Amino acid sequence: MGLVPGIVKGLGVTGGTLLRTVFPGGVKKPIPAPIKGAQTVQYPHEKETPVARARGVIALHEENCTSCMLCARECPDWCIYIEGHKEKAPPRRAGGKPRQKNKLDRFDIDFALCMYCGICVEVCPFEALFWSPEYEFSEPHIADLLHDKSRLHEWMTTVPEFEPYEAGASVKLKKVPAL
Amino acid sequence: MMILSELAYWESTSLRVVGGLAAVLLMAGTLVYIHLFKLVSFMQSRLGPMETGPYGSLQLLAEVGKFLQKEDIFPRKADRFVFAAAPFVILMSTFLLVVVVPGGPDAWFIDSDLGIYLAMAVSSVSVIGILMAGWGSANKYSLMGGLRATGQLIAYELPLILAVVGVVIQAGTMNMQGIVLAQADGSIFGWSGIGNPFLLTQAVGFFVFMIAMQAELTQSPFDMPVAESELVTGYMTEYSGMRFLMFFIGEFATAGVFSAIAAVLFLGGWYVPGIDSASNAFNVIGPLVMLGKVVFLSFLVFWFRFTFPRFREDQLQKLAWKFLIPIALVNIVATGILKVAF
Repeated sequence: MGLVPGIVKGLGVTGGTLLRTVFPGGVKKPIPAPIKGAQTVQYPHEKETPVARARGVIALHEENCTSCMLCARECPDWCIYIEGHKEKAPPRRAGGKPRQKNKLDRFDIDFALCMYCGICVEVCPFEALFWSPEYEFSEPHIADLLHDKSRLHEWMTTVPEFEPYEAGASVKLKKVPAL
Repeated sequence: MMILSELAYWESTSLRVVGGLAAVLLMAGTLVYIHLFKLVSFMQSRLGPMETGPYGSLQLLAEVGKFLQKEDIFPRKADRFVFAAAPFVILMSTFLLVVVVPGGPDAWFIDSDLGIYLAMAVSSVSVIGILMAGWGSANKYSLMGGLRATGQLIAYELPLILAVVGVVIQAGTMNMQGIVLAQADGSIFGWSGIGNPFLLTQAVGFFVFMIAMQAELTQSPFDMPVAESELVTGYMTEYSGMRFLMFFIGEFATAGVFSAIAAVLFLGGWYVPGIDSASNAFNVIGPLVMLGKVVFLSFLVFWFRFTFPRFREDQLQKLAWKFLIPIALVNIVATGILKVAF
């Protein structure tokens, strides 16, 4: 593209956006209404709903966790802290041996360190970790960004039902457990 | 300001100071609000400041309050006097520029026969202020920014002045009022319906003047000296608080004043077609007409600013020396020949 057409086209882009923002009604209704024309929303007054797969905060479904530590080991920031102990569980069939079960004592994610890569959610083999689109969890004190397992469990209420992939995709769906 | 001549010296001087302050601060405020806050936001399909006052109209006061609270930091190795004085030098050149711009037949600060010459002369004072800021900061980024700014401003001062020369030849005067009247009372091939705004006859000059003005104001795409991503805003790196605010006011007030000068030179200043130029009505509507033209021309400046990415240093110098100066010179020669011929 030549120099002059390029300059004119560039001015057209910004000028066109200006006109579309100030006059969203177009030529038929030339009333300045930038609040309607702007693509953005005025955040604290008005909120956009994030898409269902948005990566806001990580939720923990405690019952599924076996404290296998895969997430803690894969975490690039080492921001997941897990402690657990073994417990005897009643046998599956009458007369059987009591089973051993890992009981979770502590499951903390430090969101001050977390970089929202989602590797923990990916590697969890027991469907215990989920992405929630909830994003408003800033805190005045940095220590409060360490969410313990009850707090992480509360986020489960905000996890949306998993949207199916497009037709023909072979990926197994991740079932969001009911609380 | 006809009354100025009847007042005592101190009275007229204090009136001029108050008028100049109002002209500079209101101009900077208006341009920052209209263009920097709103226009650029709309061009990016957003709203800009909306919280302070209706449509964010009080945001400026909040910004000024913020800057006034900030600490005035001096770098340890700074040349303290030079560092402290630089923003005043820059602001002073802006105030001196405002002085020559007429707002109406009787609304002027000084009515000098050397008006536009004076404007071009004092506009170069800001280069010294920028170099002082760059040197005084004792910071390599500041120094580089200051040197780049100096190179750029000197390079673009030439086309700026050469573009003005064409207007001066055509108007036959360097007096700003004279230039306005020459356009108001002029005629296009005998038709005097809209006077003769030099925008028509000096279109090349206007084109050169606007580009050179953009560069003089170090507005993007000519913002190499203050390139924030490589020079950390160049000569302003070490400034904070009040002194940074002064740079900021200087930048935007100068944008307004240069637009006003361009309006006088090419758009007929305070004159609007349809009213006799000797009419007393221009003392009332003249300043408003002037404001409208200033807002329009600075709109062009900021439209360019918000559209284009910055030039590389060599492209920038090439544009001035190999393109703008030759066509400005050709424009002068053509204007001179046509002036003699007709």
